[in-house]
Amino acid sequence: MPSLKDLRNRIASVKATQKITKAMQMVAAAKLRRAQTAAEAARPYAQRMGAVLTNVAGGIAPGSGPALLTGTGKDQVHLLVVCTGERGLCGAFNTAIVRLARDHINTLMGQGKTVKILCVGKKGFDQLKRQYEKQIIGVEDLRSVRNIGFANADAIGKKIMHMFEQGEFDVCTLFFSRFRSVIAQIPTANQLIPAQIAVNDNAGAGAQAAYEAEPSQEEILATLLPRNISVQVFTALLENMASFYGSQMSAMDNATRNAGEMIKKQTTLYNRSRQAMITKELIEIISGAEAL
Amino acid sequence: MAAFHFELVSPEQLLFSGEVESVAIPGVEGQMTILRDHAPVMTTLKPGIVEVEESASKKSRIFVRGGFADVATGGLTILAEVATPVEQLDASKITQEIKNAQEDLADASGDEAKRVASEKLDQLNELKTALGL
Repeated sequence: MPSLKDLRNRIASVKATQKITKAMQMVAAAKLRRAQTAAEAARPYAQRMGAVLTNVAGGIAPGSGPALLTGTGKDQVHLLVVCTGERGLCGAFNTAIVRLARDHINTLMGQGKTVKILCVGKKGFDQLKRQYEKQIIGVEDLRSVRNIGFANADAIGKKIMHMFEQGEFDVCTLFFSRFRSVIAQIPTANQLIPAQIAVNDNAGAGAQAAYEAEPSQEEILATLLPRNISVQVFTALLENMASFYGSQMSAMDNATRNAGEMIKKQTTLYNRSRQAMITKELIEIISGAEAL
Repeated sequence: MAAFHFELVSPEQLLFSGEVESVAIPGVEGQMTILRDHAPVMTTLKPGIVEVEESASKKSRIFVRGGFADVATGGLTILAEVATPVEQLDASKITQEIKNAQEDLADASGDEAKRVASEKLDQLNELKTALGL
């Protein structure tokens, strides 16, 4: 049976913890709102980009075009870009992305493919290095970045492009968490290279035939495709950011609620033992008086 | 004059979406003005000013730093790398851009990359004079 002082200390410490988790929840909620706005603001660009790409790619003959579009013709070496958060205390957010990536890696390795991993975010690296230390070829640290701008994504995109030009991999897949709502974040795998172009059926070949291009279709594609990669990375980072805060918010909400329950339980226990002590003392006094 | 749909998006946000009468864009192969029912065309942009005319009395100017313009049957879409309304633009920003371009030029390796970087620098310098900053 813990003493009254022990109980008091315990309640005080749980209360302190609750204050922290509550504060974290509110901070996450505020940041979530900002992250969500940023993710939504970036969506039109990504959508238009996809539409434009479909238009242009529809104009060239299937099977021809730059390697970014058609691939290298092999699929031996896979590059996985795993985007996770920089911090923990966010529920299963990082673990969910890592799990999806790990399943992917195991399947690929089972098929005898070579796997290379580029980690964006420290948490993913921490979790993946235990098992796949040899496969990890780099870590991008975004911890010092407060607001993710296009420049950050562009740097990562350029790095991927550079590696592709050096022929270091054949297929590139991006892992991140898509933000559906505060309680639902969906870990997603997205193939970057070769580019996946949505086939637009209703536009038809006839409508595309009259497309003019300046300077030339090939040149436009050559600038458009690397740009598309950066845009995809950027979208992934923003979605990830929103998912992270959403996840953190609900995790901290849970923690606050649990702390509240604990305080309630401990307080009842504290009051009960205090009451028991008073009763005991009263009985002692009364029996003492009766004995006289 | 009949209006058509125009959208200007940068990776960070949607800057303009609405019906306009004409838009002048800085294409790599020259300035061009897009009116309603323009033939479908796709062009890359150089750094410059996009002039949007919503009506005879309502015009706006937006600075873009490279990107793509896509004219389709549905209207005009500009995917800009960076876009800033001219009113928010000042000399220091342009100077910064020029400085970046100079650094790019210094870093560039290979003839092709050098050519691209120096072209960009020239275009920015031109723009600075055009704006009278």
